[in-house]
This record gives sequence, C-alpha cells and structure tokens, in this order.
Amino acid sequence: MQVDEATVRRIARLARIKISDDEARGLEKELSGILNWVEQLDEVDTANVEPMTRVVAQELKMRDDVVTDGEIADQVTANAPLAEDNFFVVPKVVE
Amino acid sequence: MTDLTKLTMAEARDGLAKKTFTALELTDAFIGAIEKANPAINAYVLATPEHARVQAKDSDKRIAEGKARPLEGLPIGNKDLFCTRGIRTTACSNILGEFTPTYESTVGQNLWDAGAVMLGKLNNDEFAMGSSNETSAFGNVVSPWRRKGKDGQLSTDKLVPGGSSGGSSAAVAANLCLAATATDTGGSIRQPAALTGTVGIKPTYGRCSRWGIVAFASSLDQAGPIAKTVRDSAIMLKAMASHDPKDSTSVDAPVPDYEAALGKGVKGLRVGIPREYRVDGMSPEIQKLWDNGIAWLKSAGATIHDISLPHTKYALPAYYIVAPAEASSNLARYDGMRYGLRVTGDNLIDTYENTRHQGFGKEVRRRILIGTYVLSAGYYDAYYLKAQKVRTLIKRDFDEAWGKVDVVLTPTTPSPAFAFGEKSGDPLAMYLEDIFTVTVNMAGLPGMSVPGGLSSEGTPLGLQLIGKPFDEETLFRTAQVIEDAAGRLAVPEAWWMKG
Repeated sequence: MQVDEATVRRIARLARIKISDDEARGLEKELSGILNWVEQLDEVDTANVEPMTRVVAQELKMRDDVVTDGEIADQVTANAPLAEDNFFVVPKVVE
Repeated sequence: MTDLTKLTMAEARDGLAKKTFTALELTDAFIGAIEKANPAINAYVLATPEHARVQAKDSDKRIAEGKARPLEGLPIGNKDLFCTRGIRTTACSNILGEFTPTYESTVGQNLWDAGAVMLGKLNNDEFAMGSSNETSAFGNVVSPWRRKGKDGQLSTDKLVPGGSSGGSSAAVAANLCLAATATDTGGSIRQPAALTGTVGIKPTYGRCSRWGIVAFASSLDQAGPIAKTVRDSAIMLKAMASHDPKDSTSVDAPVPDYEAALGKGVKGLRVGIPREYRVDGMSPEIQKLWDNGIAWLKSAGATIHDISLPHTKYALPAYYIVAPAEASSNLARYDGMRYGLRVTGDNLIDTYENTRHQGFGKEVRRRILIGTYVLSAGYYDAYYLKAQKVRTLIKRDFDEAWGKVDVVLTPTTPSPAFAFGEKSGDPLAMYLEDIFTVTVNMAGLPGMSVPGGLSSEGTPLGLQLIGKPFDEETLFRTAQVIEDAAGRLAVPEAWWMKG
C-alpha cells in the first residue's frame, strides 16, 4: 500500500495531529514502509477464522447498577489546564 | 557494613526479619545510590525520597510490633506508567505535563498494602512505545552494562537498557531498587530484562489489574515485575496480581504462592522448542545460548520436544496493526482539555492539533497515524479484523502445542544490547526487537525472561519461557533451574557510582 501525501494529511487531520510539510513527506515513506510490511498477512487464509476478541474465555461480569463513586468534581478537574469552580474551561465552540 | 543495595529482595526481607538493619537504613542506602547514579543512568524520572522515608518508618514500626506484611520495608521503583496518588505521573510524555493523579493504580496499591516502599518513578519509552528507551520525554536511560573490547577493557559507548521498561531494567541491574514494576505490551518487560541480565515476567493477560496504568494497547497490556532473581520476581508478582472489579478483564482466580513453586524442579517436564524461532540470520551466540538452555533443562530431568508454531512470523505484522489501532483510540483522550498540555490555536480543532503535535513525540505520533489509518473508513476489515483473525491462529498454534508440551523455551531477543542510535533511525529494525516476545502478548500467555549467559561482547542474553494460561508456576520453577545453571549475571564494574 502506497500512502501519498494527501492521505497522510487526511489521516493526520482525523487523528487531530498537526504536521509540517517536511513531516508529511517523511511520514509518506515511513507509513508506506510499515503498511507494505504488514501486508504479508494477506498470505494467511483467514476465511473461516473468528477474530480474537478475548484472550481467556470468561463471561463479562455483571454488577449491581448502583452509584459507587462520585461527588469528586474537584478531583476530576484538578489536573485541567484551565478550570473554574469545578468546571473545565474550554475554547469557545459555538459563536 | 555491607552495601545493602546489592542484596536481593529475598535477602533484604531476611535481613529485616532478623533485624540486621532497619527499613529506614535500607531505604536510605537506595536513596543515596539514586542520588549518585541517576545523573549517569537516568533510570528515575522522579525520585521520591521523602515519601520513601515515611513509608520506611511506618514499616519499621510494624516490624517492631510483629505486624510485618509480605513486602514490609522493601524499596522498589515504580514505572511512570503506573498512576500514583499525589505524585506526578507522565508516561514519560510531554502531553501529560505535570499530571498528578488523585488515585493509585491497583497494582501499586497492592504493593503498598503489602508494605513495599516506593523510591520513585522510573523512566520508560513514551507511552511504552519503544524497545530502547530512546523515545522518553525525559531522555535516554543508559544501561549499566558496557561492551567488553578485544583487549578486555570496558568500552565507554552507551548501550540501551531495552524498552519500554528501560528505567525498570536499568534501575534493578544498577542496584537502584530491589525490584521494579513494569508493563509489557509486545515485550516491554522481557526484552529489557534480557538486555540487562535481570529477570522479568509478563503474566497471563488478566492476572494483574490494568486499572490506573496509562493505557497503550488494552488487549495486550499487562503488568509484571523486573527483579534481580527468579525468587524476587515470584515475590513481586504474588503481591502485584489480584482480581479487580475495576478492570473487567482481570481474572477472578486465586493467586498461587509462586515462591512455593521455585524448588519443584523440572523432572518429567515437557519442554517445547519451536522450529519457527530459528529465524534467518540468528547469530551463532543466540543459537549457543538456546542450546545451553536446552542442555540445562535436559540434565535437570526435563524432556525436549520439537514443536511447530506455524503462524509465528505473522505475529509481529499483526501486532503492528492491533497495537497502533488500540493506541490511536486510547490516546484520543489527550485533547488538551481535561489534563496535561494545552497549546492554544485559532479555533478548537487547531488547539487539538497543536496540543497533540507538541505533546506527543515522533514515535507516538507515527503509531497514532498508523492506527488511525488502519481503523479509518473502508480499511477496518482489511487490517484490524484481519489481524485479530491472525491472532486467533497464533493462539491456536499454542493451544495445539500444549497437547505435547508444558512449557516453551526460546531466546528472548534476536541479538544482545545495542548502542544508542543503532536502530532508532529505522522503525522496522526497532520493531524486530520484539520478534520473539510479541507472540506471547498476541496469545495472552505468560512469558518470562531469565538470564542465560553473556554475549561475546560481555553483555547479557536472556532465555524466554512461555507457559499455558495462568500457569506462571511452571515458568517460575523452570526459570529457577536455568538460573541455578547459568548463574546470576552481575554488572562487572559499577562505573556509574564513580561520579
């Protein structure tokens, strides 16, 4: 799979990571190399194989639907780059 | 007085029980060693001497009252991927900045509840993505090991301690803690253990809770210890493992007394040698190491069997789909809004993009982009789903092998420790470091690295044992036989203490 510069930019936008022109060119080569290498998986016949979803066969545990936590807004916002009165302060989204 | 930092964890435990020294004396010895050595080794990204002394004093009180817990007063290092209440946790990434958790990881809490003392937070590859500890925002960790030249003199070239748990492996090898926590997503416990002459075990997926550990690839991540000896690693894992309602993938099964398994020997044990691990270009000294391992187990009464794990060569490419995919999803949370770094831009999207560009290092950005690509519209089936199907086949290979053998023996790494920069220019060359370890994560099995001897350069080599799900006990008793035969590997010269 050859990844072109436009694809690198599209992916970077999807991943919300800014990239410079230089980086985009470098990544074009690197990502193509890695994706070409993983394509060897095409040799493996997986027609009747289930995807692995868990390592150990076990039922997901259920618990009572009750509140076990909470009232810790100060802890939740303690590490925010900007917070006020236990609220996150974020850039304006709607004008 | 003997140098307390050179003790094994088991010896230190005995010394405390016999009151030969106090927990505070032991802790102070390590604090002094870290102060002296850390500028050269860079194993700790944050030393916490005050915190350690408070814990040690509490341990001394408990010992005096006859109320000692299993790890009472034993100083350890904690990988910076484990959240620590009130103590900075960064995963060695700039994007977490001065993040200070308001909670403790379950594995960490288990260790403190058992009486262990925390000396500080250990360096690692950023978000555990790397095999050489060259991607940390806090700089490289330097291995205490050095190559021996033809003239017998130690070279001053700096070698990598392996990764991602490079701070853990270097700190243990350099006597900067008795043992350390670590995590393993594709080999991050076993490969650094192999390159530093230490013992590392990644238990079965689900044995340790992942709660409070910064997530990399959730279906592969597992915590485990790096320690000086097989016995020490058994002591550590027993304390770290538990069922945890806060991690739905942690397994509700009793944790055995691993130390009790150590003396059981390998008489009659069936050891599998997978032919697919004899890869092209394997160095003769790795082959020799493997042959030695086989001979040691044989002479201790084990039987040796050739086995086939036909999908081995597909484990690494499948891993480099699954791990980046899960990482891109896990790392989406770092958006600059709720914690860590925020780099303000012209609008919201610009702020996200600036933050994530500045906050993440190059390798992390590369993996997020690969992950985003393989999960993007139209590609999911071709990549992620395909890789998960290959994973089923890898696991099936092992399931079939368990009909014939009880444990599998392989080398841990394809080559000895390398120097900085030797592999960091080429992502694929670095990824190949994990060629022998990654299958174990893909199948969710327990894997362990134990020192097997020295390379021609005088640097350590490791042997890997792979076990059945939740059969860590067989790994411990087999590893003990190897350790007894190979002997412990000690760094020849403590150059880092000379300042």
